[in-house]
Amino acid sequence: MSAIEERGYASTDALVSTEWVSQHLNDSNLRFAESNEDPLLYASGHIPGAVEVDWTRDLNHPLRRDYLDRSGFEALMRRIGATRETTVVLYGDKSNWWACYAFWVFQLFGHTNAKIMDGGRLKWQNEGRPLVTEAANYPSSDYQAPERDDSKVRVFRDQVLDHVQAGRPLVDVRSPAEYTGERLHMEAYPNEGALRGGHIPRAANIPWARAANEDGSFKSADELRAIYTGENNLQPGDDIVAYCRIGERSSHTWFVLTYLLGFQQVRNYDGSWTEWGNLVNVPIERP
Amino acid sequence: MLLEYLDLAGDRDERIQMLIDIASRFRSVPDFIATRPFPKSHLTPACESEAYVWCQELPSQALKFHFAVENPQGISAKCMAVILDETLSGESASSLAQVPGELVYRIFGKNLSMGKSMGLMGMVSMVQSCAKRYLASGKADRRLEGSREAGSGSAVP
Repeated sequence: MSAIEERGYASTDALVSTEWVSQHLNDSNLRFAESNEDPLLYASGHIPGAVEVDWTRDLNHPLRRDYLDRSGFEALMRRIGATRETTVVLYGDKSNWWACYAFWVFQLFGHTNAKIMDGGRLKWQNEGRPLVTEAANYPSSDYQAPERDDSKVRVFRDQVLDHVQAGRPLVDVRSPAEYTGERLHMEAYPNEGALRGGHIPRAANIPWARAANEDGSFKSADELRAIYTGENNLQPGDDIVAYCRIGERSSHTWFVLTYLLGFQQVRNYDGSWTEWGNLVNVPIERP
Repeated sequence: MLLEYLDLAGDRDERIQMLIDIASRFRSVPDFIATRPFPKSHLTPACESEAYVWCQELPSQALKFHFAVENPQGISAKCMAVILDETLSGESASSLAQVPGELVYRIFGKNLSMGKSMGLMGMVSMVQSCAKRYLASGKADRRLEGSREAGSGSAVP
């Protein structure tokens, strides 16, 4: 894969390479943070100095289906020793699904000093770069967060309904089988969290993985434009809602559209199919 | 015994370390049971760690389980494989057919993603299915396609 600067992205501010990370391991203005789906991975080996940001423990509200509040975010950032000026470089498994999810949550609190390490944990590992098992500890900071602002990058079900009725575009990033409603769950798994199958009306099905290369890195801008604009006619000025099942895969697509292609108004519907597929009397499409 | 050992963990970090230690005991399926490319019929559905499961009938007519995990980052799948092998191998097929999928939550806790839960529960389901096939066959007298004589039992298809 070519260097990030040569891929034609709208901005390279939010994406760094594994090589860049390896050259900045001792930069005190940076904090590397691993965010995985597999809870065992961080402890089994991580980038030297990296902290863990766990998607359930650190990002979700402990009781409600929601994200942490201002004090919770402050506690997280103080624990990892980050200030408002610290640039947090996120990476993880699953081609950075959960890293993008964490990155997206950080934006709810205006922590724009954040980047994704292209290719995530697997690329770092496959390149033979060092992994350590010692958990990193930093002196606690005095991080002061603003109140959470959901308005810019997050969208709720009533807004999605308005969005649908206004005929504005949506991107369903789930697999084709989930999109068509063919699969609600795997055989022998009675509950995957939705009572109805299908997709939100007029949503385009663009599985998140189409934006990623085999090694987990992001495809070039030309390749991404061919998918999102060429095949699906999404335009940079469109008001777009992305969704999946709980909002983690769609965080990946949100990142691609917003930062790599420069789309100006993309929001993530984290209620996603586990909410929409259970709602009473909302429209659903199936082929 | 292994499950009781996990219950001794004082906190999340300690439990995770225990699980990592368990995963380090993982040994991939021996050649006398299967060699690459592994048949897709042994691939766990919905498991993104590409976990394969085989069971072998021992001379005692008990079943022993073998696993392969093809994703280098599939550490939870490797841990699950070790636990399934060490706790279930040697049990009767009728007991194995009743192993609850909720075992996954007892081991890993309830804060697993749906994808991870499905993959790990799929491994349990593969064990159940193998035991049920064995029971339905009356006796596992057929050889797994591609497997070879081992002298210590036969693979259940």
